[in-house]
Amino acid sequence: MMKVKVHVTLRESVLDPQGTAVKNSLHAMNYQEVQDVRIGKYLELLIEPSDRPVEDVVKEMCEKLLANTVIENYEFEVEEAVTQ
Amino acid sequence: MKFAVIVFPGSNCDIDMYHAIKDELKEEVEYVWHDAENLDQFDGILLPGGFSYGDYLRSGSIARFSKVMNEVVKAAEAGKPVLGVCNGFQILLESGLLPGAMLRNQGLKFICRPVELEVVNNETMFTKAYQPNERITVPVAHGEGNYFCDEKTLQQLETNGQIVFRYAGENPNGSLSDIAGITNERGNVLGMMPHPERAVDELLGSADGLKLFQSIVKHWRDSHVVTA
Amino acid sequence: MSLLLEPAEQQIKDEKIYREMGLTDDEFALVEKILGRLPNYTELGLFSVMWSEHCSYKNSKPLLKKFPVTGEQVLQGPGEGAGIVDIGDGQAVAFKIESHNHPSAIEPYQGAATGVGGIIRDVFSMGARPIAILNSLRFGELDSPRVRYLFEQVVAGIAGYGNCIGIPTVGGEVQFDRSYDGNPLVNAMCVGLINHDEIQKGQAKGVGNTVMYVGAKTGRDGIHGATFASEELTEDSDEKRPAVQVGDPFMEKLLLEACLELIKSDALIGIQDMGAAGLTSSSAEMASKAGSGIEMNLDLVPQRETGMSAYEMMLSESQERMLIVIEKGREEEIQALFHKYDLDAVAVGKVTDDKRLRLLHQGEVVADVPVDALAEDAPVYHKPSQEPAYFREFQALENTEPKVENLEETLHALLKQPTIASKEWVYDQYDYQVRTNTVVTPGSDAAVLRIRGTEKALAMKTDCNSRYLYLDPETGGKIAVAEAARNIVCSGGQPLAITDCLNFGSPDKPEIFWQMEKAVDGMSEACRTLNAPVIGGNVSLYNETNGTAVYPTPVVGMVGLIEKLDYITTQSFKQAGDFVYLIGETKTEFGGSELQKLTEGKISGKAPELDLAVEQERQQGLLKSIREGLVQSAHDLAEGGLAVALAESAFKTSLGVTAETTGSAVTELFSETQSRFLISVKPEHAEAFEQLTGGRKIGEVTAQPIFRIVHNGEKVIDQPVDKFEESWRGAIPCLLS
Repeated sequence: MMKVKVHVTLRESVLDPQGTAVKNSLHAMNYQEVQDVRIGKYLELLIEPSDRPVEDVVKEMCEKLLANTVIENYEFEVEEAVTQ
Repeated sequence: MKFAVIVFPGSNCDIDMYHAIKDELKEEVEYVWHDAENLDQFDGILLPGGFSYGDYLRSGSIARFSKVMNEVVKAAEAGKPVLGVCNGFQILLESGLLPGAMLRNQGLKFICRPVELEVVNNETMFTKAYQPNERITVPVAHGEGNYFCDEKTLQQLETNGQIVFRYAGENPNGSLSDIAGITNERGNVLGMMPHPERAVDELLGSADGLKLFQSIVKHWRDSHVVTA
Repeated sequence: MSLLLEPAEQQIKDEKIYREMGLTDDEFALVEKILGRLPNYTELGLFSVMWSEHCSYKNSKPLLKKFPVTGEQVLQGPGEGAGIVDIGDGQAVAFKIESHNHPSAIEPYQGAATGVGGIIRDVFSMGARPIAILNSLRFGELDSPRVRYLFEQVVAGIAGYGNCIGIPTVGGEVQFDRSYDGNPLVNAMCVGLINHDEIQKGQAKGVGNTVMYVGAKTGRDGIHGATFASEELTEDSDEKRPAVQVGDPFMEKLLLEACLELIKSDALIGIQDMGAAGLTSSSAEMASKAGSGIEMNLDLVPQRETGMSAYEMMLSESQERMLIVIEKGREEEIQALFHKYDLDAVAVGKVTDDKRLRLLHQGEVVADVPVDALAEDAPVYHKPSQEPAYFREFQALENTEPKVENLEETLHALLKQPTIASKEWVYDQYDYQVRTNTVVTPGSDAAVLRIRGTEKALAMKTDCNSRYLYLDPETGGKIAVAEAARNIVCSGGQPLAITDCLNFGSPDKPEIFWQMEKAVDGMSEACRTLNAPVIGGNVSLYNETNGTAVYPTPVVGMVGLIEKLDYITTQSFKQAGDFVYLIGETKTEFGGSELQKLTEGKISGKAPELDLAVEQERQQGLLKSIREGLVQSAHDLAEGGLAVALAESAFKTSLGVTAETTGSAVTELFSETQSRFLISVKPEHAEAFEQLTGGRKIGEVTAQPIFRIVHNGEKVIDQPVDKFEESWRGAIPCLLS
């Protein structure tokens, strides 16, 4: 079993009102050091490897479903050998 | 003319769409479940609002993989009118039948209220019954209606007359260029955030949406009288 | 394995572990006596949730018996998922209100969302199609960041659930007062439509029939929610966070559609929501009501987590689950029905004839208790009651006028009071139109929904001015019912029945119990006079934070029938030149009023008086004149008195109003004397209207959008309507930003 950690974030050119709201709130709490906040999604997949490389499969899933590439970027990391 | 109202798990404006067609437009209409494999018998396809599959990943992202969506694509390719309202619009975007994507409302809150729209293009099969630049009142009810696309796409939309409705008063969700509804290049697929099916009866506040459905029927009758 | 951690029978007794579960020493002794042995940990869990106030009404039962619960319109009174009243033509309306106060105080978004989910299940478990949701909310003052957070999250939670499931949230009320600072009230009401022949009951009949579990899987969420809801909130309450359930409106939408298809099947015997106390209450109550027993194998219960004990499964309050009883041998067709909606339906047990709830887990009997002991035989307490000292002091006070310098500024200030101010910020977040039946949207006196395919409509409203109840619970209780009825009548409806949610502090305090007693007395009398029996509801006690109780808040949810769409009336003025009428005389009554709170910062004195016979006569006179087509707009006078009502009737129109008053300006404009209505009437109908209602003409609707009050011949308020509307509309967004 492999654990895949996928991060989906809004593209930089896309306004992130949620992130802006959190930033403003942090500023209101006096965390002036915060320059920017971007909110994204984090997904964990447990994958039983098949004959195709896991990277290819995950990339395909991201392109098709997990991210909308019109507005979102994604990146992922594959962790080996999760025993159940 | 016979309409299909596509029902996904979590659709909830299907009943509104159905009754708008049956009670007010007085045309034939049927509910079609998301696993249907054939839409040949229908002349117009309606994707209603709601929260298909809970909208849990992104609005419309899971519904686009329903079996029926292959048939919706076929219907669109055949030139049949396809209308997606609210969640239906989101599904059309996710499936690539329309360009762009939907972001959360700028105010981050769900918004339900009547809004004023401008009919920007009244020469589509969906808007012929409206006057040029007519102002109409139609309700919105959504949390993710903030339309977004890149600059090139926006230019194409403008050049081709694909922007059909714009918010005329206040823009409720921060959408790009005040976009409320767009068609595909061919002009037979319309996606819009406001709910025309909720504006078909003065008793409930407005009947301004009825002309949209009447336009579809008139276009269909005209083209079928010619070929018949 | 959590089983290993469970204490043994003797240890439970010796170390008084039952106290942690909310059972008293006497109650534990009673359990031991009923069983004839010591209960094990699982059995103790069953008793503790079923004997909590939330499930057993052990502290409020003697009071609830006082409510009138019958009437020729009543098809189903209290005791089932929801009450049902007849509306003619073989149709009926099912409705109920329920609290989710404690979960909402801890985790406001999920607390409110699951409150909505729960009440929807109560209604569709009766076989009714839910058509509307209302909410009655109470918060502390918005100057506190914590209160703003609770307010925003509760509203978001209601919106999140209701919008997704596609049932319009059409109305309710929101009020703000210091007494709710640490203990907000979140009461959700659901209204459903049903045909007489489709009414279902939660009964496990027919020995050998199959008990099936449908809907979401069971996890460890919300364990002991029901006992939690019956305890006071303390500093430690944050620690109990896991007790809050998470809602899945998408799952519930599927469950709703599947169950409404299920009720058309003759295989269905009984159905009940797994609400508070989950699997325990649904199984025990269904068996007890049918005079039967149930045996369940917990290994078969669909589980979301691994290693769950019997105790955990029985007490879980995972959402979106129902227990159904079907005819033996027809499991497959039921499974197929649910499968269409991607839902599980699993046979977990059978109906027995021994009146016991018997639970098997991993090959052993883990509980074996009489169902009636759980569902019916909880001890009933007659708590001591004592009139509080403050009541006597307040009653001795004379009615006086608060001091007011400037009438115009005072009206602006009143319109900015959050309780009066526009709630657009709230209801804009609710999809109040989905299913396209909402004729009168939020913001008028009552919400109105047409019944598709008929000429009829339903008016619905929640109400409760808890300040009046605090000053005088009996009068305040009457007012709560009367005011709800006023709103229904103003919309053109005849009140049918009420559901109530009795939110109070700790009944262990004699002064609080006295409030409960008096409030119920007042409400009962009003229900009888106005012919609006109580068909169900809920009790929420221990609404206290660090020893201080909320104001007594018995929320009234009322539904009325509008016989013809033509009768639908709103509060907004319609046309320039219409005459403006006031029904009812005005006295100097400021106890508990908005003006008193505004000028003095607190409330005191007597609540406004209420004569129920007068109330009934005026309501019926007004309803008659609406039905005869004499009324253009109708609005009841409530918080802020005549001036606020006049302003509200002019808002959202392009019209103005000029009204003339005499006597004392402060009393005339701001007093909260009861049983008064503000009506606009076409001049040609003036005479007929006056004869029916005894209304007194006080002014006219004007084309010029100016709000003008002429008092004793002098213009005392004279400003564009817009100015007042800005104050009213902007107040809540301003307080939140």
